[in-house]
Amino acid sequence: MPDPILRIEGLRTVFRSSNGDVAAVDGVDLSIARGKTLGIVGESGCGKSVLSLSVMRLVPPPGRVAAGRILFDGNDLLSLPPKKMRAIRGRRIGMIFQEPMTSLNPVYTAGEQIVEAMRAHDPRASAPDLRRRAVAALDRVRIPAPARRFGEYPHQMSGGMRQRVMIAMALACEPDLVIADEPTTALDVTVQAQILDLLRVLQRESGMAIVLITHDLGVVAEMADDIAVMYAGKVVEHAPTAAIFDDPQHPYTLGLLGSIPRIETRTDRLLAIEGTVPPPFDPPPGCRFNPRCVFADDACKVEMPTLRMLGTEHSVACHHAPVEAT
Amino acid sequence: MTAPLLEVQGLTRHFAVKRGLVFSRDAGVVRAVDGVSFRLDRGETLALVGESGCGKSTTARLVLRLIEPTAGTVWFEGQDVTAMTGEPLRSLRKRLQIVFQDPFASLNPRMTVGEILEEPLIVHGIGDARSRADRVAALLGQVGLAAYHAQRYPHEFSGGQRQRIGIARALAVEPSLIVCDEPVSALDVSVQAQVINLLKDLQRALGLSYLFIAHDLAVVKHMADRVAVMYLGQIVEIGPAAALFANPRHPYTRTLLAAIPRPDPHRTHVQAVATGDVPSPMNPPAGCRFHTRCPLAVDRCRTEMPVLGAVGDGHSAACHRSAELPPLDAETAAASAPAAARRLALYAARRAEALATTVSATS
Repeated sequence: MPDPILRIEGLRTVFRSSNGDVAAVDGVDLSIARGKTLGIVGESGCGKSVLSLSVMRLVPPPGRVAAGRILFDGNDLLSLPPKKMRAIRGRRIGMIFQEPMTSLNPVYTAGEQIVEAMRAHDPRASAPDLRRRAVAALDRVRIPAPARRFGEYPHQMSGGMRQRVMIAMALACEPDLVIADEPTTALDVTVQAQILDLLRVLQRESGMAIVLITHDLGVVAEMADDIAVMYAGKVVEHAPTAAIFDDPQHPYTLGLLGSIPRIETRTDRLLAIEGTVPPPFDPPPGCRFNPRCVFADDACKVEMPTLRMLGTEHSVACHHAPVEAT
Repeated sequence: MTAPLLEVQGLTRHFAVKRGLVFSRDAGVVRAVDGVSFRLDRGETLALVGESGCGKSTTARLVLRLIEPTAGTVWFEGQDVTAMTGEPLRSLRKRLQIVFQDPFASLNPRMTVGEILEEPLIVHGIGDARSRADRVAALLGQVGLAAYHAQRYPHEFSGGQRQRIGIARALAVEPSLIVCDEPVSALDVSVQAQVINLLKDLQRALGLSYLFIAHDLAVVKHMADRVAVMYLGQIVEIGPAAALFANPRHPYTRTLLAAIPRPDPHRTHVQAVATGDVPSPMNPPAGCRFHTRCPLAVDRCRTEMPVLGAVGDGHSAACHRSAELPPLDAETAAASAPAAARRLALYAARRAEALATTVSATS
């Protein structure tokens, strides 16, 4: 990939527990090019949110990054001193969280919170200048009457409006990379469509790269250039978006595709995946998906498959891919 | 035509909003549900869909009489639910049950699963200790759990398993109608599919009726026989699921359908059609409540509220311009690419095999 803005190598993030270290992210390699969107898809507990917190170096204790490198624009974020990291976090890497109600401070106005984010990276800017830029940031995310909204508190706004404020804040310093963790999950479907449109337009305007973390295959199909499917702390399949949908390789990807109810068709039964995600403190031996996999054989219960390339851009971690060969 | 299992007429619930602590005064009313009527037959699933604040959950609670209506009637099995008191109301709850959205908040963490499932039986004085224990074991089997799970506590289960427990609890007293209030929206997609399949299997086996509250139209399409679309406390369109999805006659229904992200990367992206947010139910717009977001609104829509009118067989919409809506281009299901289709078929075959072996092993 030419000059990726972010390259993650061998990332392992663990949480200390009474039974020793529990790996939430266990040996992940990913990269994302400038101006592109990488979708990270998986169910709860697959490690996708811990992965994004690792990039921001915001993993809460008792968690820590135990191994790997996170190269942002060529620099390893994991070896930066805290002060340098603070200069990147929010300035060059923005973050949009899922729940705009809990991630905005209820006792400050929307405008004050955007100003605070900008002042942190530009302490000498004058108050009128910061205010003007914050109003411009609200205007960029298509908030009507931005000067009036500047003085409003989060509770005075609808969910969609609050998420626009979150996006305005994340983009206020014109970052090169935005990590959006389930940015539309808490929103109604018509508002979700508006926010996704907005992210697309802003990406075109600014050329930022987006890491989009979601459980919704519909959202990644519309937004992402590449998709990484995660299961139990590992990337099990990674490919351009069209290949994930047209040429899915991993049985877990197949199960996810079969599980989604589609609006265009009505099938009598959905192809659910039996069982549940294993707890991270007790992963099954061998392939972590083997207890739920309809293709699993004895080898899958013993030997953990590693990501291998199928074609030039498509990698999969399964002993049996492509499954029709078994 | 036989009498419907459930018939709701002009159901209305207004909530007074008060301002001030000491000299509190009414600041206005939220018209959460405003004149909702529908019927539900035995063995049928009616879905109530809409965005947050449309009144779908309030409607569900009114049907169960967990809250009192401001106006309107609810007839269930030929009795007026809104007029019941005392013993008849108690025994009504045997016939009418609910499955809640949040499987973490709706199970008492201090009770074992066995106690949770036995409680409705005790409340309604059904059976003795012995027969109740048998019933609990049978219920667990019915929802795909094992008898030994009765000794465990809710925290030992995953979200999907907890939702199965919630369903088993609703089934305990053999109801004829279960209100499902967003039963799968808190679940992961693979688990959501399991629970949808379970609800459909149970309906077929037990002849249940569902009043299915949901915001996800794709889920609704797989569950519902009929669909009612709500907006700001009112039903704007109601009809058989097939007709409503193939040929929606209200602009809001079309907006909802268009907004769903499709898991198909080859589909040309459609720009969002509705602008803005849902207005406050405290101060709904005059005329048609959707006119502020409707791409087709004309002057008449701003002054005159449309009423539900027939647009097809059992299909009604409340829109002045319903007749002018062009037919919706049939959305051809994106045919899966050959490799994907082949593997999904293989996956389905393997899965059916695996399920058949587990069934024969347990029986």
